[in-house]
Order: sequence, then structure tokens, then C-alpha cells
Amino acid sequence: MSAQPAEPTAVSADFALQVRGVTKRFGALVVLRGIDLVLRQGEVLGLVGDNGAGKSTLVKILSGFHQQDGGDVFVGGERVRFNSVAAARSHGIETVYQDLALIPQLPVYLNLFLGHEMTTLPPFRFLDKRSMRKLSRQYLDDIKVRVPNIDAEAERLSGGQRQAVAVARAVRAAPKILLLDEPLAAMGARESRLIIDLVKDLAASGRVSIIVIDHNYAHLFELCDRINVMQDGRITTDQQVHETSLEVLTELMVSSYRRQLDEVSGSGD
Amino acid sequence: MRSGEPSAAPADNPPGQQHEALVLGRRVLRLFLYQRELTPILLTVALFTYFVIRAGSTFTDSLSLSSAAGYAGPIGAIAVGEVLLLVLAEIDLSAGQVFLFAPWVEYWLHNGGVPLVLAILAALAMSCAVGAVNGLITVRLNVPSFVTTLAMNFILFGLVLIYSNQTQATPIPLSSSTGGHVSLASQFMGVWLWSEILWVTAIAILGAVLLTRTRFGVRIIATGGNMLGAAEAGVPVRRVKVWAFVLCSFLAGLVGIVDAVKYGSLDPGNFGVDYILYAVGACVIGGTALTGGRGTVIGAFIGAILIGILEDGLTLIGVSTNDFYVWVGVVILFAMALNAQFDKLIARSREA
Repeated sequence: MSAQPAEPTAVSADFALQVRGVTKRFGALVVLRGIDLVLRQGEVLGLVGDNGAGKSTLVKILSGFHQQDGGDVFVGGERVRFNSVAAARSHGIETVYQDLALIPQLPVYLNLFLGHEMTTLPPFRFLDKRSMRKLSRQYLDDIKVRVPNIDAEAERLSGGQRQAVAVARAVRAAPKILLLDEPLAAMGARESRLIIDLVKDLAASGRVSIIVIDHNYAHLFELCDRINVMQDGRITTDQQVHETSLEVLTELMVSSYRRQLDEVSGSGD
Repeated sequence: MRSGEPSAAPADNPPGQQHEALVLGRRVLRLFLYQRELTPILLTVALFTYFVIRAGSTFTDSLSLSSAAGYAGPIGAIAVGEVLLLVLAEIDLSAGQVFLFAPWVEYWLHNGGVPLVLAILAALAMSCAVGAVNGLITVRLNVPSFVTTLAMNFILFGLVLIYSNQTQATPIPLSSSTGGHVSLASQFMGVWLWSEILWVTAIAILGAVLLTRTRFGVRIIATGGNMLGAAEAGVPVRRVKVWAFVLCSFLAGLVGIVDAVKYGSLDPGNFGVDYILYAVGACVIGGTALTGGRGTVIGAFIGAILIGILEDGLTLIGVSTNDFYVWVGVVILFAMALNAQFDKLIARSREA
């Protein structure tokens, strides 16, 4: 129950995902300084930290959008390296990005199938719009996502509906690991509720392990089993939600910041 | 694509019988509004009617109409490919020069002893290669396609001037100016009065199917509408762009060869950008915004027909070619204004 993360855990197939010593820099800017993290099977792990702490970069590495400079990633105990989004997908990792990867000009059902559109049989392989519409409707009903119309262009949806469609798209591929990068950003209370319930339902199904990035501790406490705090490219705190409280976590973050500030001013002398 | 989704309309209309007429009216309005091609169709019909009234049967006889088609053909062929790039938020300024360049390649190779079919295939392959270079430079070096293709336009223009010794090429193989027997193949490849416009019509239909009914089309719209989002969803955005450049170039080269057969000679002084400006004008008249993510192939084709009718009609009623340019400008502005107005109406009808 230590606040500081222990030595990297041994590689094991019991973990859905393990990250060991992952580093990443963009030119002169060092974003990740050695990330150690585990995600247990069926767990919801929250990731908090300031802007620029490297959360989104970590997620983009895990989803195959960026490639790490150093360190290893293991999925179910198997060492993997993703050179593309498709490669991460083939290992069962799906991602919902904070910038909302929906296409405003495409209808909901095509957004749901973007990247793996259904087509009719060769030789012509036209889009199978009928099947995609039908499956989309069925699918959104199943996970209780309501949109006014499956043919509506995404730009006509509210922020919450768009996010729900984005989550639905990620889940549609039946991933083993789901990465949610600020799924509640810029959303009202009622819309947040929609997404929180959706994620909780998914977690309760036990079929998927989830990492959620968010700024809002209250949301994370409701959603997550465990919370990791990221600061300046490192994981500085690893806490089970039931063993901690908002106050403790905030205090840990603040003290960790003090320590960092001391280090900085110390080295400046 | 806005077209073909009228079922999206009435769900949120207020109930009540007194509103029935209103609801019906709104439904009809929406059906038309979602049809992006409405503006160019209205403008074309209006213009056509105007010239029928002014010039009567001299305008509607087949000689006049085929000359309108003759103006529209090259513009339409280039516009179809250009729409795909405009939807991607890219542009190809070299397509007009490819249209002119491809038949030169065919002509040189054939004169050099290469069998005609092979010469044509080589010219088409060359067109595709130009598109591939355009696309690869654009996506790999992150050069705006405006610049890449502008440069390509000058390079191809220069090559034609150098290798043609600035003299006209004639006779073009298959054309009636060869003095030989006019075969079915000749008719098909451009000699017949209506052959070129039929090529372009077929290309426009295939282009429309491609954009609205295939995986490639969806990925073009996705890439142009939200490139990062499309990439995150696993769409290979760079590959999509390169292929669109290849396709645009290929179509320009193909119809360029047909056009050369139609006219029987090649003039090295023709400048490709002239065609491009008309083609982009046709796209805009057709309802394609230059902002990416939206566009209609059929609209661009109709836009090209409109420009053809305008040029032919003005000539017939004795207006000078100088006036023609003013008219083209006015029509483009008018179509833009009308489209913007329709967009506002659509937004309002959604709120209602």
C-alpha cells in the first residue's frame, strides 16, 4: 500500500498490460522518463496528472499511434511493439482519443465502422450500408447508447452523444484493453453520466480491462479500481481506490510536487 | 454526402394536424436542400432556357449542343478527379497539363515505332506516375499540394515545349486527320461527335459511385473531414491521398488522349492551368466547398456542363468571348452565394 510505485512487477500473463521503463522524447522535449505500469485483467485503472505530464503520449504509444524510444510493453505477458494503430488493434487494444476521432461529415453508422467498413462480396465490394446500419442500431441498443438517428452526420450530435459513439466504436471491436483519453472532457453533468454509466457497464461485463485518463478525481473515484498519478513523465503514485481517499491522493500529489520543486531548487544552488 | 438521406428529416417535427402542410413543405424543402446538386441543376436549367429563348433552334441543334459538350468534356473530366482532391482538402493544379501531356507521350512513342495500344498504355502509366509523384511529395515532404502540383504543371509544360520543338503534332493516331479509314476504335476514342462527353459522363458516374458507395470514398471523406481522427481510426490517410492524386492524374490523361483524337492535333502552346481554373470553377458551382470533407462528383460534372452551355450559348447569341469570362465569374459567385444560403437554411431547418 505504498504510495511510491514499487520495483517493476515481474512479467506475467496475469496482467492484461504491463509497461516497463517506457521513454519517449519529441526532439529536445523529454515527455516520458521511464514509465512502469500494470493493468490487471478486468480492472479499471485511472491515470491522472497535469497537462504535459505525458498521459496522452503514453496512451498514444499503447495504441500504436506513436512508438516509444525505450522500454517494453507486454500484453498478456507477451512482449509487443506496435508500429501502427492496426498492430495495437490486432493485440486487442482499442482507443478513444480526447480529440474525438469522429468525422463530422459522416453519418453515425459510418463513423462506427470507420477503419473496418463492411463491403459487399467481390468483385465490386461496395459499402454494405444496409448491414452497417442494422448492426449499428443493434449495437448501440445493446450498450444503451441513444442517438437521434443512425443516419445523422456526427456534427449534428451533442458532445456527449459523439463521445458515446466514439466509445461504442472502440468497444465494437471487442477489445481486451480499452484506452479512454479524457472521455469526459468538456461535457456537462448529464452527458458525463451517460459515459460514466457506459464505462461502468463495460467494466462490469469483465471482458475488458480499461485505462481512463481524466482530470476530475471525483469521476475517477467513481469509475476506477486503482489510480496512478503521473508527473513529469513518471508514475509517482499507485493507489487502490478503496484504500485511499480524495484527500490522501491530493496530499500525495502536492507533497510529490514539493519534493520535485525542492529537487529543482536544490540543483539550482 | 448530403444526397439520398431524406429519411433523416422528419423525426423532430412538431406533431399536430394543422402543421401537416407545413411539415410536408418542410420535408420537400429538406429533400432539396440535402441535395447538394440542386444549385448547379437550377442554374443549368435557367441558363439553358435563357439560350433557348434567345437563340431558339440554332442553340438546340446537335451541332450547337455537341460544341457545348466539347467545351464541357475536358473541364468535366478534370473536375471529377479534382473533386476527390478538394474533398481531401488538397488540390491538383497539374491535372490540366497532364490532360495535355498524355497525348504528347502517346504521339512521341507511336512515332518512335511503339505499337499504338502500348503507346496509349504508356501515356496512361505516365499520367499515373505524375499523380504518384504529386501525392508522394505532398504527403512525405509535407509540401502543400498547391505548390507541388503548381511546380509539376510548369515541368510538364516545359517538357512539351522542349520535345515538341514548339511545332504542332499532327496527325494524331486514330483521329480523322490521319486520312485513313475511320474505324470503330477511332469513333470510340473520340472521333464520333459525342464520344468524349460520353467518356466523361461515364467517368462522372463511376466517380460518384466511388465517392459515395465504396470504402475508398468513405476514407476520402474521412481524411478530408478530420485527418487526425481518420488516422486514429486506422484509415491509412497518406495512402488514400496518394491514390487520389494518381486517380485524378489518370482521368486527366485518359480524357486528354480522347480529346486529342477528337481534334486531331496537339498545340504545344496550350497551358494546363487554364483548364484547371475552369475545372475548379465547375467543382465550386457544383457545390463542393474547398474546406474538405464535402463534395459531389455529379455536381462538378453538372458545373462543367453549365460552363459548356455558357460558352456555346454566348457564342451563338453573338456575345464576344471577352464577355464569357465575366459571365463565368458571375456564375461562380452566384452559385457560391446560393450554396451558402442553402447551408444557412439547412442549419435553420435542423434547429426547428
